[in-house]
Amino acid sequence: MAPQNDSPPLLEVRNLSIEFPTRRGTLVAVDDISLHIDQGEVLGVVGESGAGKSLTGNAIIGLLEHPGRIASGEILLNGKRIDNLSYEQMRRIRGRDIGAVFQDPLTSLNPLYTVSRQLVETIKVHTDLDTGAARARALELLEAVGIPAAKERLSSYPHEFSGGMRQRVVIALALAAEPRLIIADEPTTALDVSIQAQIIALLKRLCAERGTAVMLVTHDMGVIAETADRVAVMYAGRVVETGPVASVIQNAHHPYTSGLMGSIPHMKHGVNRLTQIDGAMPRLNAIPQGCAFNPRCEKVFDRCRKERPELISIEQNEVACWLYQSDVGGVS
Amino acid sequence: MIAFAVRRFIQAIVVLLAVSLIAFVMFKYVGDPISQMVGPETPIDQREALREQLGLNDPVPLQFMHYLGDVVQGNFGRSFRTGLAVDRVLLERIPATLELAIVAVLYAVVAGIPMGVYSGLYPDRWLSKFFQTVSLIGISLPTFFVGVILIYIFGPTLNLLPTFGRGEVVHIGFWSTGLLTVSGLKSIILPAFTLGMFQLTLIMRLVRSEMLEVLRTDYIKFARARGLSNRAVNFGHALKNTLVPVITVIGLQLGQVIAFAIITEAVFQWPGMGLLFLQAIQFADVPVMSTYLLVVAVFFVAINLVVDLLYYVIDPRLRLDRAVAQGG
Ligand SMILES: Nc1ncnc2c1ncn2[C@@H]1O[C@H](COP(=O)(O)OP(=O)(O)OP(=O)(O)O)[C@@H](O)[C@H]1O
Ligand code: SF4
Ligand SMILES: [Mg+2]
Repeated sequence: MAPQNDSPPLLEVRNLSIEFPTRRGTLVAVDDISLHIDQGEVLGVVGESGAGKSLTGNAIIGLLEHPGRIASGEILLNGKRIDNLSYEQMRRIRGRDIGAVFQDPLTSLNPLYTVSRQLVETIKVHTDLDTGAARARALELLEAVGIPAAKERLSSYPHEFSGGMRQRVVIALALAAEPRLIIADEPTTALDVSIQAQIIALLKRLCAERGTAVMLVTHDMGVIAETADRVAVMYAGRVVETGPVASVIQNAHHPYTSGLMGSIPHMKHGVNRLTQIDGAMPRLNAIPQGCAFNPRCEKVFDRCRKERPELISIEQNEVACWLYQSDVGGVS
Repeated sequence: MIAFAVRRFIQAIVVLLAVSLIAFVMFKYVGDPISQMVGPETPIDQREALREQLGLNDPVPLQFMHYLGDVVQGNFGRSFRTGLAVDRVLLERIPATLELAIVAVLYAVVAGIPMGVYSGLYPDRWLSKFFQTVSLIGISLPTFFVGVILIYIFGPTLNLLPTFGRGEVVHIGFWSTGLLTVSGLKSIILPAFTLGMFQLTLIMRLVRSEMLEVLRTDYIKFARARGLSNRAVNFGHALKNTLVPVITVIGLQLGQVIAFAIITEAVFQWPGMGLLFLQAIQFADVPVMSTYLLVVAVFFVAINLVVDLLYYVIDPRLRLDRAVAQGG
């Protein structure tokens, strides 16, 4: 299990399930997952499209979109539950304690307002600064994220920035109130390949300087290898393997993780997507019985099709796969 | 900004030229002005002399130039029916129509936007569903029918509100207003309600669908993720982003309302341009008809110009010259 410290982790997700009620029954998109992120730690979350990564991130910041809803489980920030807060209580946490960076910088900023106005409103909502002080802070932030001629750019509108520059502005906005955790959901997927590495490096450096923890959702194993402290691999709404980044990359146990990692040595940023495993992830209404990965798994055997494996500790990792069930004493 | 305004202004002139051509063609080919001006017993040669004198035998393009010249000088000819100068007759009627149109659109905007915002924010509440249903009725009922029903209810039945005419008016310079007297204010309620009802439902439905759309965008989600208050997100960010299409429609509707006030004016015997136009049609009073057309076109074009300039104020992405100056 997770290392037991005296103090609770910064963020803890316990047995979270997210479902969508539909006319033809309830779809379970995130199924009983548990995660934790410590102070200042970078947790990489990987998995194919539809694995439930974004839903998990949205649930943490309390912005699950209707009709999606948390079916069960708890989300704790510093040991206090935040999944059952009112909209207003949660609003105070968003931005101040947990910041967010979304995928597409081109659409994350309101086109009708200058970046200064968007920064200032964010700063003022979370601090006691007056407009003048907030504007000074906005300038500091723009400089910190590396916008050239930041002073002049304050009064620019989003459309006057390139994609990479806009994502820098988005990062400045996410950091505006010095949150302790940032949920970065594929922050570079929509960007030009040539600037993806810069943005990731920037995010990593700023968070390291401030001791901000990051939940970094990405498709890019190279980014994970360079940035994350720990990794959680998701498949069909479940965490199938998690552990320290070196251990998951070099010593993957779950056949799905091994598949993902297979191409790492030849990898350049952004060139490789997670497409090297044959077959596709099941749709939510057709998740196979037993291990959800069994139709695509090379090592599949009888038990995989009947019973669902739970996470158990193998060396430094936790793995949900029947291959290891006999190696270790008990089911965790 | 100036280049933009100049461009728009030139476009407006072109549109007005096109409309004056139509007005001219109407003036020239609908009915025979000579037979309107002289008695049936006038001999042919006298008619011909008059025709020559009025320039009606000149080449058609030259006649159009003359017509334009007259129009620019404010000389719109004389009403066939009353013999009065058309511009005077119309000028007298413009305030009535404009006041009616503006009050109608104001009421449609003031009621329609909040109703639209509400039903966009809370699409599942029963009040929103109620608004939707009622607005369907508002869109499908013909104006004259609404007017007649209202007259029936508030006139003879309840005897609450005047059902025809403008009430007392006060003259301020050339303008006559009914908005400063009690009877004038009472008189405008029913016609303005009738005229604005379609616009109200249109604005409400538009604001609702635009709100629903904008609320799904990434920047709204990001604004929430930044911890902004509901009010800031819904009104500061979402509503403002619906304004460009909403203002377009309001502008177009104001033009429409001026043009289509005809029916409402007829139903309520409102002494505006529309009523004048109807009477002109009955008498084939071509100078009045073509001038009415020109006046309505001027309003349309002027409103569109204002709307375009408003976009420019609201949406920075349209201020392209600025973006270029800053290097993109
Ligand atoms: N409104 C919805 N109704 C039904 N299913 C939904 C809805 N929104 C998301 N889902 C489903 O939930 C699953 C998880 O979605 P999620 O966006 O979390 O995936 P993801 O791991 O972030 O994928 P990607 O890499 O494409 O971003 C998907 O299968 C998706 O189809
Ligand atoms: S449980 Fe079976 S099917 Fe699933 S990953 Fe392990 S071996 Fe493959
Ligand atoms: Mg996603």
